[in-house]
Amino acid sequence: MANSKEGHIVGTSAPRKEGRDKVTGAARYVDDMVLPGMLYGATVRSTTARGKIKKISFDPRVAWDEFVVVTAKDIPGQNCIALILDDQPCLAAETINHPEEPILLLAHADRHKLRKAVEAVSIEYETLPPVHTLQESEKQSTIIWGADNTFKTFLVEKGDVDSVWKDAAHIVEGEYFTGAQEQLYIENNGVIAAFDPEHGVTVWGSLQCPYYVHKALMALCGLPEDKVRVVQMETGGAFGGKEEYPSMIGGHAALLAMKSARPVKIVYDRMEDMVATTKRHPSRTRHRTAVSKDGKILGGEIEFVIDGGAYATLSSVVLSRGTIHAGGPYYWPSVRIRTRAMATNTPPHGAFRGFGAPQSLFAMERHMDRIAEVVGISPIEIRRRNFLKPGQTTTTQQTIHENIDLDQLLSRALELSDYHAKKKHFAVENKTRARKKGMGIATFLHGAGFTGSGERYLNSLVGVEARADGVVRVLVSSAEFGQGTNTVLCQIAAEALNLPYENVVIAQPDTTVVPNSGPTVASRTAMIVGKLVQSAATGIKHTLAEAGLLSEDYTPEQFRAACREYLAAHGPLKSEVRYEAPPGVYWDDEKYRGEAYAAFAWAVYVAEVTVDLTTYSVTVDDFVALQEIGKVLHPVLAEGQITGGVAQAIGFALYENVVWQDGRMVNNQMTNYIMPTSADLPPIRVFFEQNGNIHGAHGAKGIGELPMDGPAPAIVNAVEDAIGVRFHSIPLLPEDLFHALEEEPPVASSSLPAFTRGAR
Amino acid sequence: MNSSGDAKTKCDVSFTVNGEVKRLRVHPMERLLDVLRNELGLTGTKEGCGEGECGSCSVLLDGLLVNSCLIPVTQADGSNVVTIEGIAAHSLLHPLQKAFLECGGAQCGICTPGMILAAVHLLEKKPEPTQAEIREGLAGNLCRCTGYMQIFEAVTKAAQQRVVR
Repeated sequence: MANSKEGHIVGTSAPRKEGRDKVTGAARYVDDMVLPGMLYGATVRSTTARGKIKKISFDPRVAWDEFVVVTAKDIPGQNCIALILDDQPCLAAETINHPEEPILLLAHADRHKLRKAVEAVSIEYETLPPVHTLQESEKQSTIIWGADNTFKTFLVEKGDVDSVWKDAAHIVEGEYFTGAQEQLYIENNGVIAAFDPEHGVTVWGSLQCPYYVHKALMALCGLPEDKVRVVQMETGGAFGGKEEYPSMIGGHAALLAMKSARPVKIVYDRMEDMVATTKRHPSRTRHRTAVSKDGKILGGEIEFVIDGGAYATLSSVVLSRGTIHAGGPYYWPSVRIRTRAMATNTPPHGAFRGFGAPQSLFAMERHMDRIAEVVGISPIEIRRRNFLKPGQTTTTQQTIHENIDLDQLLSRALELSDYHAKKKHFAVENKTRARKKGMGIATFLHGAGFTGSGERYLNSLVGVEARADGVVRVLVSSAEFGQGTNTVLCQIAAEALNLPYENVVIAQPDTTVVPNSGPTVASRTAMIVGKLVQSAATGIKHTLAEAGLLSEDYTPEQFRAACREYLAAHGPLKSEVRYEAPPGVYWDDEKYRGEAYAAFAWAVYVAEVTVDLTTYSVTVDDFVALQEIGKVLHPVLAEGQITGGVAQAIGFALYENVVWQDGRMVNNQMTNYIMPTSADLPPIRVFFEQNGNIHGAHGAKGIGELPMDGPAPAIVNAVEDAIGVRFHSIPLLPEDLFHALEEEPPVASSSLPAFTRGAR
Repeated sequence: MNSSGDAKTKCDVSFTVNGEVKRLRVHPMERLLDVLRNELGLTGTKEGCGEGECGSCSVLLDGLLVNSCLIPVTQADGSNVVTIEGIAAHSLLHPLQKAFLECGGAQCGICTPGMILAAVHLLEKKPEPTQAEIREGLAGNLCRCTGYMQIFEAVTKAAQQRVVR
């Protein structure tokens, strides 16, 4: 247990604040809440990928006067989901740009009647030619968005890349693909909205970013700031999937509530959630790299393209992170990175843990193994020769000031995974067995916090208040959705105030109660919001000291007495702190150059796999995840972030396949979209190094997204090691192995007449 | 299924939930999950997929682990149902609940009630499960947050404590 006297709360595994409610079933999620007179809402969606709405008809056998019906015409404010470009309508009015686009909303007290009514609305379209692939979108023969189907482009240039090709001993090219991935939080998207003219709109929901929803509702409902209230309920997983989408479903419920003057609940079922909401952006990356005889990268060109779906939403920001991470943890004397986010007629792709980085890093880490092969050195050695070192600059010309030693990190990971001994062993064993084993590594980095100037624009504000009973309350809009926000921020405040952990609580995120501490995304909460909480908590101590009520050394009882006296004499005791950019941080949005992130987390992951040449399946047998994350604030939570992220990334690599048909996901069920179960995963062994970070609370860096980046390339590298076949695309399914091996039988398999390809 | 007005399509069912006898007039094909949540206010049982894949709605029906989204309430007539609300002895947490808290077995918490019931069921059948038995015993319950490692740890810890007692 944390002992405040010794000042050791941070760094211990204090009990999760809302943990007891979660293990007893008492935690309140939005679907657990019922309001008097509440109706249920449902969405009528497009059945075509692109077209114009010609006619909406209502089956006369339904008693429509019992239903609340909302169309785009009922929107009091602007018909858009306010985010970055505001191009996405809340309800399609005339034009349809993707399958499952919301067109009309219904509400009724009886859920069964509601479901039938949705089917009783029919919509006629004049269809237009859709665009479903990146290639078609790039060809621009059909323009579906803006002037050129392009949401955003970035260009990063460092050095003179055009001059490196002539001196290169090797020029290594590669093309890599990653697929869409469903966040698959176990709690589907859901909200309840209520409206009354005096208080305006209130939305309770499963969400990550209360103030994103707040902003979107103001624009949609045409209401001022103080007439919109957003409350985050306990949230059953998010992973980015509840970053921007809650503004859509929240807007829908708000429109129904405004029209009906009754509270309205919309909770998607699994099929609707999977078919209609955001997923990870599919990507294509091309590398062309000039390498010296001894395996040093001289320079290169990287082209990174993502499929944004039908509307801009967050694609520009996802693209940005993918762009900055595209060069991996390596030193590029020169590089040109060209990237773009393209439009297709699918539901918009959106935020998902890693946010562009897992895509471009998959390519980089597969490509490093390819370079190693061409140069004729090991995957280990190619990385050692190109690792970024302190004092060197990244692709955006950010100087590495951290004391990071990637060589040492790699050596430790190899030791922890028994890499060399296993490699040797497998090389012998693989000759005589149909289950071939391999080892693969990935070395990578992940920037914490918003990119470049992002944190400055966010301008986050946090508060800490003390009550007369000596209990301190943390006020932030940062949401808990499993990762441990509540616990870690309370630990930080307790540590700053030298109070027992139990004496610190955190407010439920409610925009009428908490200030805007920014969205709960980008691995920013512990590091950036945590640092602000630390300062704000310290502010309480200073205020009490300045009032002459608290000495330097105090007990919780003395703190309580001081609070009581202060409140009686001066009124509320609250300390607020706003984000200030660290001095000397320079970022050029035009040239995409400068300090991209205040800190990077660094990692080396090692995968051991078995490729079964009878079933064509790949299983991961052991997984070592070693990372440098500054300071571990809470060992159990930190480890849980890594194991959970690695599991999702194993799914990304080997299982999770979104099947598209005419721009629509057709395997939108847990039955046929497969995520890892407890029986599918290897032991995930987590190790930390802690070098500290001057920009984070107690030296913390962000860790939430990091584990999503490395597993996929490590696994596909291990598959190549096992069977000598190169794969460039994930998910890597048994079907893919089957097809590849049909064309390119593994070298070692010649000694295996029983090799069962022919028998199938 | 039609839930409005027509009382004649409803039937009487009675079953024991967490030790208390409940008598209800419901549609026989109503999902046990909905009856627990909406009629009895036992919202600790969660819906994740509605098709028996995720296990979030797991409850014990006469000692068997079932997905309550696949059980018509009429099938529960006369049975003994245990939900997450019936696992702790008043304010005293079950060893599994305690171990989930200590080991980080609950993150977002939405799979936790079902996962704990699956673990309770497992330990009743196999008080000293091997790691492979834990993996298999929980394979019908999906967790998207933890990667399961800390859940395995929690089940192992709770099993050891029970053995010691």
